[in-house]
Amino acid sequence: MNYYDSKDLKRFGEVGNFSEDLMKKFFDYYNAAVGQDGALSKREKALIALAVSHVKQCPYCIDSYTTQCLESGADPEQMTEAIHVAASLEAGITLIHGVQMHNSLKRNGAL
Amino acid sequence: MSQLTVLKQNDISQDSTDEARYNFYKTLSEKRIDLPPTKIETLQINLTKLCNQTCLHCHVDASPKRKEQMDLDSVNRCLEILATNPEIRNLDLTGGAPELNPHFDYLVTEAKKLNKHIMVRHNLTVTIDGNPVTGESKEYLPEFYAQNQVEVISSLPYYQEYFTDKQRGKGVFEKSIESILLLNKEGFGKERTGLELNFVYNPVGAFLPAPQESLEADFKRELFKKYEIEFNKLFVITNMPINRFKQQLKRLGAYDEYMTKLVNAFNPTAAEGAMCRSLISVSHDGRIYDCDFNQMLEMDVILDHEPMTIFNFDYHKLANREIMFGSHCYGCTAGSGSSCGGATA
Repeated sequence: MNYYDSKDLKRFGEVGNFSEDLMKKFFDYYNAAVGQDGALSKREKALIALAVSHVKQCPYCIDSYTTQCLESGADPEQMTEAIHVAASLEAGITLIHGVQMHNSLKRNGAL
Repeated sequence: MSQLTVLKQNDISQDSTDEARYNFYKTLSEKRIDLPPTKIETLQINLTKLCNQTCLHCHVDASPKRKEQMDLDSVNRCLEILATNPEIRNLDLTGGAPELNPHFDYLVTEAKKLNKHIMVRHNLTVTIDGNPVTGESKEYLPEFYAQNQVEVISSLPYYQEYFTDKQRGKGVFEKSIESILLLNKEGFGKERTGLELNFVYNPVGAFLPAPQESLEADFKRELFKKYEIEFNKLFVITNMPINRFKQQLKRLGAYDEYMTKLVNAFNPTAAEGAMCRSLISVSHDGRIYDCDFNQMLEMDVILDHEPMTIFNFDYHKLANREIMFGSHCYGCTAGSGSSCGGATA
């Protein structure tokens, strides 16, 4: 058995079974934020969403936004750059915590 | 019963199931849409299935191995139809690579004398490759097109090498660029020359195309920046779930997902503008179809209990026929629509 099944994405709406109103609000917000051209184009939004999907390691979102990127005219080169942005941010975020480590080293008299 | 016969019967049975599951007539009836022909303005001729390329999604299954060609009698009969039916203003030549038909140049020059607007579905690389069977050079094509003021319509799946070569074969992008530059040199795609050069984009895989306007802007910007290439319009078309592409979808297990996507994206406005309403398609052997896709699926136009051909051509009967639809028609009616001239909605 797999915990993640791509077919389950179509069942997203079921999450609203016990709080339909909240789920509707979420979908309205989601579609307004991601699904339309705004100050950012749908393609730029899809590339951001693809990068976030990787950081959050969501297989549903990776499948979905890979397709969204292609259907909004992005190419594998741009998509790969987007996940490198995500990966470098993640690396940077890990490394910047090294300052926190240095602070702690100082407090311990080791630095 | 041979293994091949069993396989073919399985294919036919599978196709019937697909037609029942994705029933285009049912959608039209539910949405109360009627799609009769408007008037026949375009005669599209598939001159040959021979091609110097073997593209992944070719709905014609064209390749250097195909031998089907329209003969001179049929070419002359097409010219007669054009001459006697002034309503048909456009001649749209396709294939395979239509230039590989030995009567291609004759057909173009004679149709030009009839003052018809001539469009050629030109794959670009044939200018560089020449005839794959005889080795005959086709380097004269850009000049020939300019002389006859042909509208050149060329597939260019992307402005980068990766997607183009993946769909059309290794080395195709580089040769296409070389060929486009030759067309630009003749004045095609340039302002105020009246020589039109349009590109066709279709997705490299099982996804819908991006909006035509935004892709056209990308193509124009990138192709000019990298190669100083100019062109007029980008036609965005949807991959039709038939023949090679359908087989690929089935292999990937993506057929149902793709069809569902097309069905869900059905757009009545796109349906209204479907090309089959104003065009008829002629095969190399002179049979008449509602469109190039119906031709490849052998869905003949039947009138008075027999297939209509260029030899029993009747404009009035054709203009009043019932267009035949199938599950593949969802490809033309999804989203912004898809036709040989790009989006329809």
